[in-house]
Amino acid sequence: MASQSAHLPTSVEETLTLLRNGNYLANRSLATALFLALKLNRPLFLEGEAGVGKTEIAKVLSATLGRKLLRLQCYEGLDVTTAVYEWNYSRQMVEIRMAEATGTGDKDALESNLFSDAFLIKRPLLQALEPDVAGPPILLIDELDRTDEPFEAYLLEILSDYQVTIPELGTIKAEHPPIVIITSNRTREIHDALKRRCFYHWVDYPTAERELEILKIRTPQAAEELSKEVVGFVHRLRKMDLFKQPGVAETIDWAHALTQLDVMSLDPEVINDTLGTLLKYQDDITKIQGSEASRILNDVRTELAAARA
Amino acid sequence: MLDASLRELPDATPGGRLAENIMHFARVLRRAGLPIGPGQVLEALRAVAAVGLDNREDFYWTLHAVFVNRRDQRELFDQAFHIFWRNPDILGRMMSLMLPEMGAMQDNAPKGEEMSRRLAEALNPSNNKAKEQLEDEEITLDATLTWSANEVLAKKDFEKMSSEEIRAAVAAIQRMRLPAMEVKTRRYRASLTGSRVDMRRTLRAALRGGQGYIPLMKREKRVRRPPLVILCDISGSMERYSRMLLHFLHAVTNDRDRVFTFLFGTRLTNVTRYLRYKDVDEALARCGDAVNDWSGGTRIGHSLHEFNQYWSRRVLTQGAVVLMISDGLDRDEAAGLTIEMERLHKSCRRLIWLNPLLRFEGFQPKSVGIRAILPHVDEFRTIHNLESMKELVAALSLDAPRRQGGMRMFKDEAA
Repeated sequence: MASQSAHLPTSVEETLTLLRNGNYLANRSLATALFLALKLNRPLFLEGEAGVGKTEIAKVLSATLGRKLLRLQCYEGLDVTTAVYEWNYSRQMVEIRMAEATGTGDKDALESNLFSDAFLIKRPLLQALEPDVAGPPILLIDELDRTDEPFEAYLLEILSDYQVTIPELGTIKAEHPPIVIITSNRTREIHDALKRRCFYHWVDYPTAERELEILKIRTPQAAEELSKEVVGFVHRLRKMDLFKQPGVAETIDWAHALTQLDVMSLDPEVINDTLGTLLKYQDDITKIQGSEASRILNDVRTELAAARA
Repeated sequence: MLDASLRELPDATPGGRLAENIMHFARVLRRAGLPIGPGQVLEALRAVAAVGLDNREDFYWTLHAVFVNRRDQRELFDQAFHIFWRNPDILGRMMSLMLPEMGAMQDNAPKGEEMSRRLAEALNPSNNKAKEQLEDEEITLDATLTWSANEVLAKKDFEKMSSEEIRAAVAAIQRMRLPAMEVKTRRYRASLTGSRVDMRRTLRAALRGGQGYIPLMKREKRVRRPPLVILCDISGSMERYSRMLLHFLHAVTNDRDRVFTFLFGTRLTNVTRYLRYKDVDEALARCGDAVNDWSGGTRIGHSLHEFNQYWSRRVLTQGAVVLMISDGLDRDEAAGLTIEMERLHKSCRRLIWLNPLLRFEGFQPKSVGIRAILPHVDEFRTIHNLESMKELVAALSLDAPRRQGGMRMFKDEAA
C-alpha cells in the first residue's frame, strides 16, 4: 500500500502522476475524465474492449490513494440480496424463537429489533456508503453489461444520490460519497439514463510508443529488443481481421511468458508455441500460426531495423 | 419546434462568454442528435471550472467526458468541437443550411446511432452538399468497392404495395403475435406454489400474524423471453418475399422487447431502430432509406462475418435466439460460410433457418450455400406464405429441446 495520507489530485497533471505512481500509464484524455470524476463526485464509466486496463484503474486508485476497494462483479441475475443487502434470516429465526421462549413478547419491539442494523448483512454497494477511516472507499462495478436491465435501473438511485433505500430501515445515505468506477465491455448498450449520471470514457488500445512504455513498467525483466518486437507484432495483429484482437493485458502476458522461457528475441517457432497467450480463439490462432506469423515477424524486423538506421 | 424557439432566446447565461459558448456548443450537439439536456450543460460548466482552461486538450476531453456517452458519438463530437471552437459562427451557419434535413431527423434524435454517423458526414465541410448528392456519392463508392458489377443499388419503393391481396396479407401479418418462448432467468418472484422459500416474506408474515407459527412463503424463478435476433436476406432471389417479410419483422419487433433485426444482401445493415416505429409505413420507408443493396447479389458468408465480428457479441447475449431468413443461394459460392455459420451457431441458444425454397416439393439441398448452412442450424422451416408464418409462430413458442450438437460430434467421431 502507498502512503495512507494520499489526497485527491487537484489537477489533470497530478492525476497522471498519481496513476503513474501506481504503475499505470494513462493518456491525458483518461486522466481528464478521472480527474473530473474525483473532483465532481460522479461515477466514471469506462467502456472498451477486453484487456485494455479498465478494471486496473480502480485497483491502482485504491493502492495509490490508500482507500479500500469494494468490487462488485456483475453477472446475469445479480440482485439486491447479493449486491446491496440481505437480512440474516437464521439469526432472525433464532431471535423470534428466543422471544417466544422467554415470553417477553412485545411484538412491536421484536419487529423493530429484528429489522435493525444487527441483522443486516451488508453487500458491496451498501458497504461503499459507509464511512471508512482511510476515506471514502473505491467502488468498482465491474462488467455492468453482464447484468440485466432491472439491476441497472436499481443502480440509478445509488449513483446519483449515493443512497440506498431499505424498506424496513429507511434511507441510508453516504456521508462522503465513494469513488465509483463502472466498467463495461459493451456486450450490450447500457441505458442512457445511467450513462448520463457518469463521466464517460472509451478506453482505446494504446499507441505503440505508449504500449512499449507500459511493457517496460510491467515486465522490466524483458529485454529491450524483445519488448519492441512484441509491441510491433501485437500492433500488426490488431490491424488484422481477427475475431478478438489482443488487448494490453495479453501483450503483457505474452512478454511475461516469453521472458519466463528465456527468449531474447522472437522467432517463428517461439511465436507458434506461445500464440495461445495472445489469441484466445482457435480460428484466430490457425489464421496466424505458421507462415503468417513469420511474415508479420519479418515486417516487424524490417521496421525496427529501419527505425534504428 | 422546441429547438427553434430556444435559438431565439437572448443569450442571458451568467458567467460570461465561455458559459454562453458552451451552451451554444451543447445546442449544436443536441441538434446533431446527441441526447444532451440542460443538466449536462450545467455539468459541463462545473467540469470546465474544475479542470481549468490552461490547455486546449484538457478542455476537449473535459467536454468529451460530459457530452459523449457512446463510442460512436466520438467522431461527431470531434468534428463539431474543432469547427465550433475555431469559429462558432461557421458551424451555426452550416447547421442552419442543413436544417431541413435536421428537422426530419430530430424525431429520432435520442435513438440516432446511424443518424449521427450520417450527420457526421454531413457536418464535414468537404462533403457539405445536399442530401441527394451525398447519397449519389455513397452509391458510386459502393459500386466500385463491392464485388459485383451487377449489384442493383436501386431503392425499393414501398409505395407500390397496393394490391388487394397484399393488403389483406399484411393485415393478417400485423395481427400475428409471437407467443413467448420463455426461459427461466436467475431472478425470483413471489409465488404461492414456488419451490423455494422466500425468507424475507416468511419472516415478515411471521411478525404480522403473531399467531405463534410461521407461515411459509414461496418464490419461484421468473421467466422471460430471450432476445430475438433476425438476419433477413433481401437479395434479388428473395425479392418476392422481402416485402412480406418486412411486415412480419415489423410485427415481431413491435410485439416484444429485445428484438434486433439485420438485413443483408451484399452487406449487413442494422435496421432495428427503424422497425421500432409503430407506424408500419414509416418504419418500412426508413428501412428503405437505410439499406442500399435491395435486390442485389447475396454474399451470405461476408455478411455473417460482419455480423459475427461487430454485432454478435453485442446482441447475442442472455441466450438469444437467431432467426435466419434466406434462400441460401450465395453468389460467393459459399466462401467462408461454413466457418461463419459454425461461429453463429455456437454463439446463440437456438438457430432457426427459414427458407422459402423449402415449399417446393422434393426440394433438395444441392446448392453449395445451403449445404454449408444446413449442418449448423437447429431447425429448418419454410416461410413463403401466411400459413408457414403461422407455423413458425407456433414453432417459436415451443420449448426447444436441448441442443445435441457438441455431443453428436463426439459420437460421430467415436463411431
